[in-house]
Amino acid sequence: MSESYKIIDHNYDVVVMGAGGAGLRATLGTVEAGLKTACITKVFPTRSHTVAAQGGIGASLGNMSEDHWQWHMYDTVKGSDWLGDQDAIEYMCRNAVPAVHELEHYGMPFSRTEDGKIYQRPFGGHTRDHGKAPVERACAAADRTGHAMLHTLYQQCLKHKAEFFVEYIALDLIMGEDGSCKGLVAWDLDTGELHRFNAKMVILASGGYGRAFFSCTSAHTCTGDGHGMVARAGLGLQDMEFVQFHPTGIYGSGCLITEGARGEGGYLTNSEGERFMERYAPTVKDLASRDVVSRGMAQEIRDGRGVGEHGEYIHLHLEHLGSEVLWERLPGITETAKIFAGVDATKEPIPVLPTVHYNMGGIPTNYKGEVLRPTADNPNAIVPGLMAAGEAACVSVHGANRLGTNSLLDLVVFGRACGLHAAEVVDAKASYKELKTSDGDEAIARFDRLRWAKGSRPTAEIRLEMQRVMQGNCGVFRTSEILKEGVEKLSATAATLPDVAVSDRSLIWNSDLVETMELENLMVCAAATMNSAEARHESRGAHAHEDYPKRDDEVWMKHTIATVGWDKGYGVDLTYRPVNTFTLTDEVSYIEPKERVY
Amino acid sequence: MVEFNLPANSVVKEGKSFSAPADAKNTRSFKIYRYDPDSGDNPRTDTYDIDLDKCGPMVLDALIKIKNEIDATLTFRRSCREGICGSCAMNIDGRNTLACLKPIEDIKGEVKIYPLPHMPVVKDLVPDLSQPYAQLASIEPWLKADSPTPPDGERLQSREERAKLDGLWECILCFSCSTACPSYWWNSDRYLGPAVLLQAYRWLADSRDEYTGERLDALEDPFRLYRCHTIMNCTNTCPKGLNPALAITEIKKMIAERRA
Repeated sequence: MSESYKIIDHNYDVVVMGAGGAGLRATLGTVEAGLKTACITKVFPTRSHTVAAQGGIGASLGNMSEDHWQWHMYDTVKGSDWLGDQDAIEYMCRNAVPAVHELEHYGMPFSRTEDGKIYQRPFGGHTRDHGKAPVERACAAADRTGHAMLHTLYQQCLKHKAEFFVEYIALDLIMGEDGSCKGLVAWDLDTGELHRFNAKMVILASGGYGRAFFSCTSAHTCTGDGHGMVARAGLGLQDMEFVQFHPTGIYGSGCLITEGARGEGGYLTNSEGERFMERYAPTVKDLASRDVVSRGMAQEIRDGRGVGEHGEYIHLHLEHLGSEVLWERLPGITETAKIFAGVDATKEPIPVLPTVHYNMGGIPTNYKGEVLRPTADNPNAIVPGLMAAGEAACVSVHGANRLGTNSLLDLVVFGRACGLHAAEVVDAKASYKELKTSDGDEAIARFDRLRWAKGSRPTAEIRLEMQRVMQGNCGVFRTSEILKEGVEKLSATAATLPDVAVSDRSLIWNSDLVETMELENLMVCAAATMNSAEARHESRGAHAHEDYPKRDDEVWMKHTIATVGWDKGYGVDLTYRPVNTFTLTDEVSYIEPKERVY
Repeated sequence: MVEFNLPANSVVKEGKSFSAPADAKNTRSFKIYRYDPDSGDNPRTDTYDIDLDKCGPMVLDALIKIKNEIDATLTFRRSCREGICGSCAMNIDGRNTLACLKPIEDIKGEVKIYPLPHMPVVKDLVPDLSQPYAQLASIEPWLKADSPTPPDGERLQSREERAKLDGLWECILCFSCSTACPSYWWNSDRYLGPAVLLQAYRWLADSRDEYTGERLDALEDPFRLYRCHTIMNCTNTCPKGLNPALAITEIKKMIAERRA
């Protein structure tokens, strides 16, 4: 098989897949540590989806009012509905302050306070002193914080002369017989050549899989490529049932309106003009965490109090903030509302709807970034040679629901952790273990099979069917009946994948083939999500199960591990591993579960 | 009389046509540049008739509809679809812009779509941007300062100092401006072009940067900076409403002022 393709071999200490916030921060760390690093990415680094993050990065700087990392930790644990691992959450929140200072030192253009410090705004779920009132914790660069951060990290990578392989599509991991990861195979879109990367360490930073759903805020490129590669390597995916719906996607296009809009004083109303969040979250109202606000909105629409001709959306009001505040602090979304909703936000409300936004689940890792392969004897067993960070990973710091601003934080803190750990375990002076001639054959066989696929169903048709099933059967509110039907429908759709039709046969920039390989990755994610959700008989964070409306800590305080039989009709095996109910240090003690009210 | 011959493969030929479904009432033609690197054939323009009643409002929506439903071989870059990643920059209706932000409604008649001008074309609407990327790296676009950073805090920057970066740091590197600049068309090997000069000024304007002198030295060159002849196409075409021409003028002013 591989005889017909020219293969170019490379040796690297570290190969990073993905050049978003996590990938760039990991690359920066390994390059600084003197490790020979290749960062391979399917889009030019500044086009990665981190660029679209708006509101801020969470850190208890206390620039605007008193704050402590322990408060941040408490909010994150509560936001996660106690499914987050508290050792990892402690690691993230205590490292948040130095991480943000580091970004500033790199030159990131944060907005500023009157005394010249980093500007901070309130955000959903972030509170003063364990839930008393909203606190300003989101460090912001206007409403383009992700853009500022991603460009800054790319600039630092240029400074350190990091080596990029841009517009390379990673096909699959190369796994050793001992279960370790030895590298990966990638396809250069520009020349059409295939490359085999031999690596002492592979770091997956490939982002989320929002495009498994019909309507999402995620970019077209968020297709769970790392998830697919991990599944095809026989490894499990963790907590995939937890999918975050962002309360304020623009009705129709799904484009994001930052939670920072509510942080700056915006609020939601129903068709009666009522500020309904006062009923669902009496203390913090519109600044409750995202799962709570999204459920509140969906409930209003279900109860017939949606706005619009068919009562299908909710209004977000910013007009009372005044055009000066909007153009200074929220210029990006003011523009977005104009372009995608035809609304002048300085004068009228924006029509919004809960929209798929973030995947709490992903590739299971510990707080150092090492990928886990949980066994019955050892739920924390690792996969040697493989790490993951960012939205692709499930550390788990977000548990059942992520707080706004904790994703950008996750990227830099755990991207950095990957760099630190790689520097510790990878020996730059050690010689490379030679790859076998046959290493990568399976990846190339898959590539070749899809390239010549002559079935009857175009990629876009299967993809749309999958997206519709996910949207309809795995949404904000779930029931056993809907989920069971979802499992069946999805499995029927997945069964048509062998009948996929690819019409471009070229090797150069064959985006038809790229989308088909992405579809296989998305199907892995969709199957894991739907099956994990069907099995979880409780309501926790973003997983709201109407037949089981209460959280059930006795039975369900555990992480789902989904192993997807990608070669067996996308059937899913589920196992579970315990939540880490301990902290990293003695400076803070385990936060006991309690009822979650905002 | 001198006769000029265009390179053989530069002539764009008429390609295939795809008509809209018979029941379509609100149709529009999209005439799209196609280039297939494998065949070696001349580029062509294919025409796709689209039912706008079954299509999203933006030009990118139409391109995706064509790829999904009519011709999966059509190739273009896209990612965020909300004007922040800069992937889908192309020439639409004679103007460089982002396909995701360009309403179909704003265009009269046939919608003509070409790759960004004067760049090598890899395939269809995908230009090779490695030259502007390399030029970006050449201006060393990162904070340069020798003063030690505060050990437990941020560098301070007043709101007035920070405001000087507005209109600069928001650039998404789509290179609509550089590829709209006739001066860049002629001298792209030596002239940095508006996008990269805007980035250069972003660091000159940053109160935290301590390498103003060195940065100006590197820019003071008849080609790198001074090929800008204030044509203003850059500012005219920027899909984010930024003003690279003004930034270039500011650089020229800084050099003039330090000479005086």
